[in-house]
Amino acid sequence: MKPRQKRIVFAVIAVIAIGVAAKLIIASIDKGSSYFYSPMKVLAGEAPKDQVFRIGGLVKVGSMKRIGKTLTVEFIITDDQSAEVTTHYTGILPDLFKEGQGVVAKGRLGDDGIFNAEEVLAKHDEKYLAPEVKDALEEAHNEATNKNETANKKEYAQ
Amino acid sequence: MIPEIGHFALVLAMCLAIAQAIFPLIGTLNNTPSWAGLARPLAWGQAFFLTIAFAALTYAFQVDDFSVRYVASNSNTLLPNIYKISAVWGAHEGSLLLWAFFLGIWGAAIAILSKSLTQEVVSRVLAVMGMINTGFLAFMLFTSNPFERLFQIPAEGRDLNPLLQDIGLALHPPTLYLGYVGFSVAFGFAIAALIGGRLDASWARWSRPWTTAAWVWLTLGITIGSWWAYYELGWGGWWFWDPVENASFMPWIAGTALMHSLAVTEKRGAFRSWTLMLAILAFSLCLLGTFLVRSGVLTSVHAFASDPARGIFILIFLLVVIGGSLALYAWRAPTIFSGGRFNLVSRESFLLGNNLLLTVFCFLVLFGTLAPLVYDALEWGKISVGFPWFNKMFLMVTPFLAVLIGFGPLMRWKQTDPAWLMKKLRVAMIISVIIGLIAFIPSISKGSLLVPLGMFLMAWIITSHITAIIDRLKHKQGISHLFADMAGKGRSYYGMMLAHMGVAMFILGAAMVSHHGVEQDLRMSPGESAEIGAYRFRFDGVIGAPGPNYTANQGKFTIFLDDAQVAVLEPQKRTYLAQGRPMTEAAIDWGFTRDLYVSLGEPLGGGDWSMRLYYKPFVRWIWIGGLAMALGGIICISDRRYRTKKQKSPQLAQTDAANTLATENS
Repeated sequence: MKPRQKRIVFAVIAVIAIGVAAKLIIASIDKGSSYFYSPMKVLAGEAPKDQVFRIGGLVKVGSMKRIGKTLTVEFIITDDQSAEVTTHYTGILPDLFKEGQGVVAKGRLGDDGIFNAEEVLAKHDEKYLAPEVKDALEEAHNEATNKNETANKKEYAQ
Repeated sequence: MIPEIGHFALVLAMCLAIAQAIFPLIGTLNNTPSWAGLARPLAWGQAFFLTIAFAALTYAFQVDDFSVRYVASNSNTLLPNIYKISAVWGAHEGSLLLWAFFLGIWGAAIAILSKSLTQEVVSRVLAVMGMINTGFLAFMLFTSNPFERLFQIPAEGRDLNPLLQDIGLALHPPTLYLGYVGFSVAFGFAIAALIGGRLDASWARWSRPWTTAAWVWLTLGITIGSWWAYYELGWGGWWFWDPVENASFMPWIAGTALMHSLAVTEKRGAFRSWTLMLAILAFSLCLLGTFLVRSGVLTSVHAFASDPARGIFILIFLLVVIGGSLALYAWRAPTIFSGGRFNLVSRESFLLGNNLLLTVFCFLVLFGTLAPLVYDALEWGKISVGFPWFNKMFLMVTPFLAVLIGFGPLMRWKQTDPAWLMKKLRVAMIISVIIGLIAFIPSISKGSLLVPLGMFLMAWIITSHITAIIDRLKHKQGISHLFADMAGKGRSYYGMMLAHMGVAMFILGAAMVSHHGVEQDLRMSPGESAEIGAYRFRFDGVIGAPGPNYTANQGKFTIFLDDAQVAVLEPQKRTYLAQGRPMTEAAIDWGFTRDLYVSLGEPLGGGDWSMRLYYKPFVRWIWIGGLAMALGGIICISDRRYRTKKQKSPQLAQTDAANTLATENS
């Protein structure tokens, strides 16, 4: 082969190799990552049943309780409007976990509708609210105000 | 008054930075020595004013000047004095000031230590650093001024985030930042070479110690950060593949590749444009790291409440720096030729392999870190890339690197006889394979292939390096010459040896703690015991304990091994008074072969507590390995050949001349 042909062959092989590698990486990242769902979407049944995902919102005030003499804690993750997801977690909660504060939990949704968290994510700062949680709360808030407005309008119409 | 002096000093430093960015560079381009000569005095001036600004903020913390917003939000009269110093860089504004201050210090260091460099190079390197500091100072003055005053002066400060009230975190940001900022020097050298179109052995020899110095700081910073996360976050993990950790790890990988590539450029004149590319990449990743930490675009355990406007400023700055330097690279790099042919089996090609693996790994980490942003932007959903994915990628690439490390030191430049190499390494190979096979014993491997693999790689690195040292000394006067060789010309060789041994230590620690560690979350009543590995942990109850700016519940655990008492551990659960924030303070009994780790959860009534008990074998070797790498780097920098003044030995001058000639001819 001439050097020119050699180079072309080399370039083609390189392009194919990079393509295959990129495909594999993207496929593996899809498998190795967890998606985020707001409490509203979980209740709407959009969250996967057989896969780990993340849920976030606020810990409902007054909802936290221990189950028997175990390390399992029950609490409700809410979007501060109507959607609420009961969550179980076995283990030690992070220091900044508190009722009324933002939380992100990673785990699976059981058939009984209870979210079994494998991990409750810690944060370093009280003021910090994960961007996903912020979005979820805002979305829920907007939807609720829209509903109210349409309800108000209906009242007017009547 | 003092804060205003600090603010004023910042403004002056920025004026000097702008001047430093413009005049020295123009001076070198149109041959105006008086302008080019401004570089050193300007760098001095900048360092001077930044020191004043930094001192002013430190002073404001020391005297509890709560009229300064930054001090009021991050300090408290009860805060212990040592943390009043580290609180200076405890939050966004102060850590930026630390960045700029260090950049000023590195600039001044170049101004002092660059006697052997030509004025042209010094002026250009300092001009590039002036541009970078202009960006950072503008960022600070326009979006995050640490000296901003409050008009209603609070009687008491909000206190420093309790997580940061710790010696590990007092040290972690400064070391990491010295590393980040240090790569701006390598970047400056690269840009200067691109502008001048001249890149020869002496250029590589100048930038090598600076690059290694930055890498040493970054290594220390990451090591301290990992150690801090281990004992302070209370989870007992040492690496989480968190976006912010990745942000410091990516420049480290690129920097490691750069150090090795620079070696080839210095000794053989090859890989020149590749070296430049890596220098640009390493520094760009440092800026990206700052962006990720400071903008809050990614969900991270390190994420603090942040301001999006700041993120946009850094993003624009990032685009200008990366875009500008890549454009310059595209334009000028073709004028820089790579010389030096080499065979497939040669030190060059093995270092090329090292570089390719490191670069691939760096891009994998980058991809995993940014994937959530990409997915969100494309509306594919909000993902977080998990720990297992990164671990898988890490294990796909790094074992090959560890295998290459073993061959490296014995390899010769240009070409190595494969048969000779195999003969030399036969013993090392046999010993490491045997050790790997022994590790297949179930009680050692714990059912994982990774333990035998780790043990094999560790043994391979150690034995092959010992082989290399023996081979080297055979050519001198035998083993007895070892210390003379270490003290004399071989210093950077032994530095490399130590750094590579650090990799072996790291592998030992990581493999053992990942597969032999025992972690248990338990509920315990006073007097109750739990078996963790071979150890028995007895919980003796919790009592109250006062602290300077917190109150604490202090647990007591007595730990036994075969009924002999090993340690008494007293972990705390603190509540910091100023913000009422809870904090877990783990208690650790450390040793070279194992750590015993206890942290308190919460009271469950009736004297019961939830708690975390860990047995962490060999975990210290992870950080000892990191320290060995850093120390190896320091030994390399101290090599005498980096301090040769202008009167070079005739032999070196000849190689230089030959290299320059090669550049011109090719």
